[in-house]
Amino acid sequence: MSIVGRLRDGLRRTARRWTSRLERLSGTSGSGDPSAETLEALEELLIEADVGVLTAGRIVARVGEDGAGDLRDRVKTEIRGVLAGVAALPVEVPSPRVVLVVGVNGTGKTTTVGKLAHRCRLDGRTPLICAADTFRAAAVEQIAVWAERASVDIVRAADGADPAAVVFDAISAARARGRDVVFVDTAGRLHTRADLMGELGKIRRVAGRAAAGAPHEVLLVVDASVGQNGISQARRFLETAGVTGIVLTKLDGTAKGGVAVAIAGELGVPIRYVGVGEGIDDLLPFSAGDYVDALFEKAW
Amino acid sequence: MFQALGSRLQDVFGSLRREVRLTPETVERTLREIRLALLEADVNFKVVKAFIDRVRDRATERAVLDSLTPSQQVVAIVRDELLQLFGESRAGLSAAADRPQVVLLVGLQGSGKTTTTAKLGRWLSGQGRHPLLVSTDVRRPAAIEQLAVLARDAGLRIHEGDSGDPVRRAAAAVSEARQLGFDVLLVDTAGRLHLDEEMMREIVAIRDAVKPSDLLFVADAMTGQDAVRSAGEFNHRLGVTGVVLTKLDGDARGGAALSVVSVVGVPVTFAATGERMEDLEPFRPDRLVSRLLGMGDVLSLVERAEQAIAQDDAASMATRIRSNGLTLDDLKQQMRAVGRMGPLNQVLGMIPGLGSRIPEGEVDASVMTRMVAIIDSMTAQERRTPAVMNGSRRRRVARGSGTTVQDVNRLLRQFAEMRKMLKTVGGRSRRKGKRRRMALPTMQ
Repeated sequence: MSIVGRLRDGLRRTARRWTSRLERLSGTSGSGDPSAETLEALEELLIEADVGVLTAGRIVARVGEDGAGDLRDRVKTEIRGVLAGVAALPVEVPSPRVVLVVGVNGTGKTTTVGKLAHRCRLDGRTPLICAADTFRAAAVEQIAVWAERASVDIVRAADGADPAAVVFDAISAARARGRDVVFVDTAGRLHTRADLMGELGKIRRVAGRAAAGAPHEVLLVVDASVGQNGISQARRFLETAGVTGIVLTKLDGTAKGGVAVAIAGELGVPIRYVGVGEGIDDLLPFSAGDYVDALFEKAW
Repeated sequence: MFQALGSRLQDVFGSLRREVRLTPETVERTLREIRLALLEADVNFKVVKAFIDRVRDRATERAVLDSLTPSQQVVAIVRDELLQLFGESRAGLSAAADRPQVVLLVGLQGSGKTTTTAKLGRWLSGQGRHPLLVSTDVRRPAAIEQLAVLARDAGLRIHEGDSGDPVRRAAAAVSEARQLGFDVLLVDTAGRLHLDEEMMREIVAIRDAVKPSDLLFVADAMTGQDAVRSAGEFNHRLGVTGVVLTKLDGDARGGAALSVVSVVGVPVTFAATGERMEDLEPFRPDRLVSRLLGMGDVLSLVERAEQAIAQDDAASMATRIRSNGLTLDDLKQQMRAVGRMGPLNQVLGMIPGLGSRIPEGEVDASVMTRMVAIIDSMTAQERRTPAVMNGSRRRRVARGSGTTVQDVNRLLRQFAEMRKMLKTVGGRSRRKGKRRRMALPTMQ
């Protein structure tokens, strides 16, 4: 199945109800200037998708301004505009490239690391997994199973070990074994916990000592079902961990992950990947066009 | 928890209280702000709409606008309607007579089922129950092991079982609990999407095999608008009896909880407020609503204090203080007890009028750690009679505790004030025949 097909498959259930309501909206308003009720209903639709009051308000205001064209197309263009407005990543690839995977508890960091390593290996790279979640019970065992599924080596330490030390060891091991990417699975932490966020800062510093410029990428894993708290998460992780991209997980549910639109719009952090299932292949590179098209696909 | 929503609402009411007379326009403006606060807190937009309409209907009645205290009346109406949203209070587990009483925990991936299962086990054994735990999560790698580790650390028993079939594991755990005389069985399940037909059939089969008296839906407090749909679907398929709200220690505004309760009609029965095993408590909506509106939560505060301070300790300390006066050792012991009550900002949030005034992250728990360090650096004599603390002793203590002489001075000054205060309070309460159990140390 093509990438677009898979994403659509994952988002289909998500989108069906939403789209038909938008269709009804379009139907009642026709083209030309949408009425106040239509705009209010549109705002509610966006809020229901967890886009947030602020971003929803902005999108609605813009759609209300220029009256040309079909309402649905205008909304699509607006959302795509918000998503496309954020910078792409540098292409320069140092070796080993260190990718830190962070996020609050239960968003799917470990699963994402497993899928990322698998993708990477299929692309002909030689990834290494670093099990730096030494806090949660059995987290190391969980990532070890993923490493085996992905046929990727893992560097691990005992429960309760200092995560920064494991990261240092993993980067050294990657260099010794000639690996070109290190995926670091970190413990889930609430962004409001200053001590745990400080630990991330330490991991960053130690990684930088093990390899110049590391971590080269910091991916924040965000659960698609999260509400406006996602913005708060992204802001804090951006401040202390220097997040470079978002992985939006669990998009195979009914949640639309609209908060990612708000994160992109307010904080300028791009969405890099989307998770659409529990299988090892269920991680796709994010494409703004596909995402918006999939949300608004007519055929469903 | 819910701090952000609470401070938003308190701001709204603060400006409302400044209005001398209420006009329909002021009410409307207030309602718009409440709507925004609720939407930003992820309360479902339909719930918000209905809520605002109800408050508007009641607040714009002539009787309210013409009353002597219109703004208080509006606050009262909002409080009333918020309580209405939360529905009846049904904290804790049901009072089922079945032995073993079976509790089934279900939910989406990553909501915190396994951690909650262990916390609930711990809470139950604190209540004098004998829980057995079982994991039926054969899907997520190392999930069974995770529960085993958590249970071991909390001193709880798990059903080992070697079956790879969730339904058989659950059924075997029921018979083990019955044979060995455990009176509660907690069944942890794999996280699943409400859309996953195969997984939903599996959970129905588990339910039918164990016949739970309590079916708890574990929900992440940070969930957005989708909470209503997922909780609704689980309830529709399984008959949920209560919601456990997790990760409330973050800055989530927890609006999803309001939505789930009011749309799905299932009460929140437990709330998880931290990573420690103790951080699970029965959920009391009336207290939460009071806290949201800045009215404090004295009841929870007292409960926490009682848990943190062993009763006999408190009694012997009270006697000692009455006869000898407060010593620095007593102060240290009290600060330790306050530390055991949980993170300081949570504790302070329960004090009436203080909740919204504590800026996030500004509460510095290390103040207490430093005070304890200072006391620890004193000799036994100095602790008994702080009057001997001259300049050189103060310098030594400051060096020994890694603080400054100013810190030591401040502590000694505060201690002297406390001692004076206690003397007067102690005298009064003796006359009234009451015993004061505890005085909070003041902080800079």
